[in-house]
Amino acid sequence: MSTIPEHLRYSTTHEWVEDLGSGRYRVGITDHAQELLGDLVYVELPEPGRGVQSGVTCGVLESVKAASDLIAPLTGVVAERNEALGEHPEWLNEDPYGRAWLLVLEAVPAATAELLDAAAYGRLIEGQ
Amino acid sequence: MESIFDLDHHREPVTADLDIPAALCRQHPLDLPNPSELEVLRHYTQLSQRNFAIDTHFYPLGSCTMKYNPRIAHRLANLPGFADIHPATPAQAQQGLLHLLWDLQNGLAELTQMAAVSLTPAAGAQGELAGVAMIRAYHHARGDFQRRRMLIPSAAHGTNPASARMAGFTVTELPTRADGDLELAALERELGPDVAGIMLTNPSTLGVFERQIETIAERVHQAGALLYYDGANFNAILGRVAPGRMGFDVMHLNLHKTFATPHGGGGPGSGAVAAAAHLEPFLPLPRVQREQDGRWRWLGRADRPQSIGRLNAYAGQIGVLLRAQAYLRRLGRAGVKRVSSYAVLNANYLLKELQRVGYRAAFPQRRASHEFLLTVEDLHRQTGVRALDVAKRLLDFGIYAPTIYFPQLVPECLLIEPTETESKATLDRFVAVMAQIRQEALEQPELLKGAPQRLKLGRLDEAWAARHLQLVQER
Repeated sequence: MSTIPEHLRYSTTHEWVEDLGSGRYRVGITDHAQELLGDLVYVELPEPGRGVQSGVTCGVLESVKAASDLIAPLTGVVAERNEALGEHPEWLNEDPYGRAWLLVLEAVPAATAELLDAAAYGRLIEGQ
Repeated sequence: MESIFDLDHHREPVTADLDIPAALCRQHPLDLPNPSELEVLRHYTQLSQRNFAIDTHFYPLGSCTMKYNPRIAHRLANLPGFADIHPATPAQAQQGLLHLLWDLQNGLAELTQMAAVSLTPAAGAQGELAGVAMIRAYHHARGDFQRRRMLIPSAAHGTNPASARMAGFTVTELPTRADGDLELAALERELGPDVAGIMLTNPSTLGVFERQIETIAERVHQAGALLYYDGANFNAILGRVAPGRMGFDVMHLNLHKTFATPHGGGGPGSGAVAAAAHLEPFLPLPRVQREQDGRWRWLGRADRPQSIGRLNAYAGQIGVLLRAQAYLRRLGRAGVKRVSSYAVLNANYLLKELQRVGYRAAFPQRRASHEFLLTVEDLHRQTGVRALDVAKRLLDFGIYAPTIYFPQLVPECLLIEPTETESKATLDRFVAVMAQIRQEALEQPELLKGAPQRLKLGRLDEAWAARHLQLVQER
């Protein structure tokens, strides 16, 4: 059974979002997502300053199984990206909620309102 | 084994009689191997013996149609009169070849129920690109420049989105229903004046036949868009259902898969394109035409000014085309029908047998096409054994692994395609091996997780290899 931290919000496309306050949001992929993808070998993230749109592809995650789109869970602007993942894609498998965060986005306050809470996300992946 | 490249023999350097500045000259002789002919022969023979191939092993690699390609087709394509002809030879001096290519164009047009065929695309992906470029050319020729979007079901072939993007389209993915068919409501929602067409594989990559194809064709045409058929799974319907009859406007065929050239051999391939009458003017060139006087000639730009043009320097992969022609002539109308009959029969037999020994079908309520999807999600939950482990264990039994983790819609899946050229005995052995592997997974999962156990090389670390790319061999 995969881990679903209580304090995060989730998209139906398996990204997590952490509200850092003052309109900043940290984004990553869930434990369930990394399990489905298998060993990650390559990560391509949008550059800081670029706008991303909720539900639209903004990057690529490549595993030994396949290349998959990274879907932005929020509409906003990229403030930071995790450059270390370029050298360490395996962190996404080892620590998806920790050092393998992908992006920090700037968006409107309360941008996570549309996203799922941990319980709802748990039900979503249980049903799949 | 020692590599021939380890041999430490050096030739005496040969000084060229050229005025090359000393600074540009190599200071040390090139470190080239210098083995005897016998050493080279042994080296490559031993490498080939470690390989898995259709000639030596059952090869149920789903979506790849790894069937036996009759040697006779290869032998005929290699007759010196064909093999030694220069591609720039004038048409009047290669009438025999043109005659055969014209025959092949007609044969493929009949099989697909399309109006015309161009044999020139040099690979499946080039055929796809040609097809979608023709769709664009068709809309543009009608003054319609708004259609920039291509719809592609999630169960379509993986190359389709790439081809559409290469041709300048944006791609919208359409969802698939739980029973494997297209979500028709999503299609209707997406269709509009900005949609150029839809790319479909039927049967789909899920190993099931899209049952709503006539409704899909009707809706797409009503919206002014066109239907592209990916011939990847043509082996399933050969001689039975024609894409032209299903309402498709343009398609490609993988001649290097369905028509007697091995697939996945590193090339060359051949992706002949077939089109309905309204798309015929846009077919790539050259094509062969028979004149009133009975001679054959190449059609060029002057004959078809609306063509999307040439895709390569000459006329495509002649060797692959000749094999296809030989294969079709050997089979005849009744024969091509037997190909799809046995391909589908073998797949359905395997599916039922594997279900009998405990495996789960991804679409248990559906009849298989020429291939089918299993999921070992249940095994994974119980024992931690993944589709990858089952695949690796099969190698220990001298069976090439099925396709795994494709399509991505189904977790822990194996896509199995036995093809028509395997006997019941081979299929029964595969079932027995799969039954044993399932037992092993339940009783000693570590055995599978460490597989292959009996081969020269054990489990390769694919993730490490991909993360530490080494593209140049260090000496």
